[in-house]
Amino acid sequence: MTQSPDRLKESPSQTAGPYVHIGLTPNFCGIGGVYASDFGATMVQDLTKGERIELRIRVLDGTGTPLKDALVEIWQADAEGLYNSPAEMRGGADPTFQGWGRQPTDMETGVCLFRTIKPGRVPFRDGRLMAPHITLWIVARGINVGLNTRLYFSDEEKANAEDPILARIEHRLRVPTLIAERQGSTYVFDIHLQGEKETVFFDS
Amino acid sequence: MAETGSNQAPEAGAFFQRDRQWHPPALTPNYKSSVLRSPQKALLSFDNTLSELTGPVFGHAMLGELDNDLIHNFARPGESAIGERIIVHGRVLDERGKGVPGVLLEFWQANAGGRYRHKKDGYLAPLDPNFGGCGRTITGEDGGYAFRTVRPGPYPWPNGPNDWRPAHIHFSVFGHGFAQRLITQMYFEGDPLIWRCPIVGGIPNKVAVEALIAALDMQSTIPMDALAYKFDIVLRGRRSTLFENRPEGN
Repeated sequence: MTQSPDRLKESPSQTAGPYVHIGLTPNFCGIGGVYASDFGATMVQDLTKGERIELRIRVLDGTGTPLKDALVEIWQADAEGLYNSPAEMRGGADPTFQGWGRQPTDMETGVCLFRTIKPGRVPFRDGRLMAPHITLWIVARGINVGLNTRLYFSDEEKANAEDPILARIEHRLRVPTLIAERQGSTYVFDIHLQGEKETVFFDS
Repeated sequence: MAETGSNQAPEAGAFFQRDRQWHPPALTPNYKSSVLRSPQKALLSFDNTLSELTGPVFGHAMLGELDNDLIHNFARPGESAIGERIIVHGRVLDERGKGVPGVLLEFWQANAGGRYRHKKDGYLAPLDPNFGGCGRTITGEDGGYAFRTVRPGPYPWPNGPNDWRPAHIHFSVFGHGFAQRLITQMYFEGDPLIWRCPIVGGIPNKVAVEALIAALDMQSTIPMDALAYKFDIVLRGRRSTLFENRPEGN
């Protein structure tokens, strides 16, 4: 026998199921009076610095049908590229911006809307700047382990071209699956869970 | 810098990689919804960047007084939810065995009859007018948490022709980094439905399934009031930064 490195194992993931709203967005699904508001519903305050944008996200299954029971969370830096987190060692982030948001997909249309700000650039591990991006986490019925991906911006071509994560994608045809299309102040982003247009998901 | 609720220096090392042989795979065909909702291409792996190492902070001030009491947080004044009264408690730990303080834990469940307060749930078991089914809390300095609820009932679901979920409580857990984000389900010791369930059965390893089964904890019961179950949750741990070059200064 060899010695054991002796670590605990991470709790195994299970699906969030179809009723995830009860726990994470109870006001959205009609359970009023328990919480004053749903966490993550509002991201931007009057004093928040940065360009106001809207993200219009859909999550589609292997047939191209939008999920109407998914839940999406986003995590992003502030306008200066600083995260509002104790693990952010480079300086204080905008105190009026938590950087985290949570929205369900609409039960009729499958559209999920975030009102936020465009994030600044954040350094990669070697100090090179990553392109502006928002980290996404997607859960739903039928998804056993939450899916991680990133949203990049179509009007950041130069930054995207030098982004170290996008550069890691071997099949260059798949890079556009991570780039949201700008339409006015809205970015449209379809996440394909499966099939030809499958979005690149991360293990990081 | 955001408040941690802790006077320990924040940690910023990268997280241990996820053991995806331990978690259920994306495609578990016996759980039918996974068939069209599972990616078929390989995941893109990379070591954590600041985007995964950092994560949101939730303060105790954001919680209401009854947020961790599902017996009363939806009930009319003077009334309470119907069912087997239980306390669920435990610790949120990381893979190194260290308590994870100051993290948001959210939970949701069906009522004692297995009915969810959700318009998509058409099960014929009735709603309990005094039970909503949601709760939340923030872990203490040692990673500890507790809440009060009623034990949820099993319920049938349209998967196989006669599939029943075991009694369970859904848990959503934040860590200190967004890469630790986890949703799972807690099951109850001794429930024979656990080993028949296609959602549980997606987990390849029996020992991993057992990690989701809460033990009856008689030491933590309140006599003549509530039974207790103990459920510890383990999140990804942070690497110690042995000989690691970190040019971005974290």
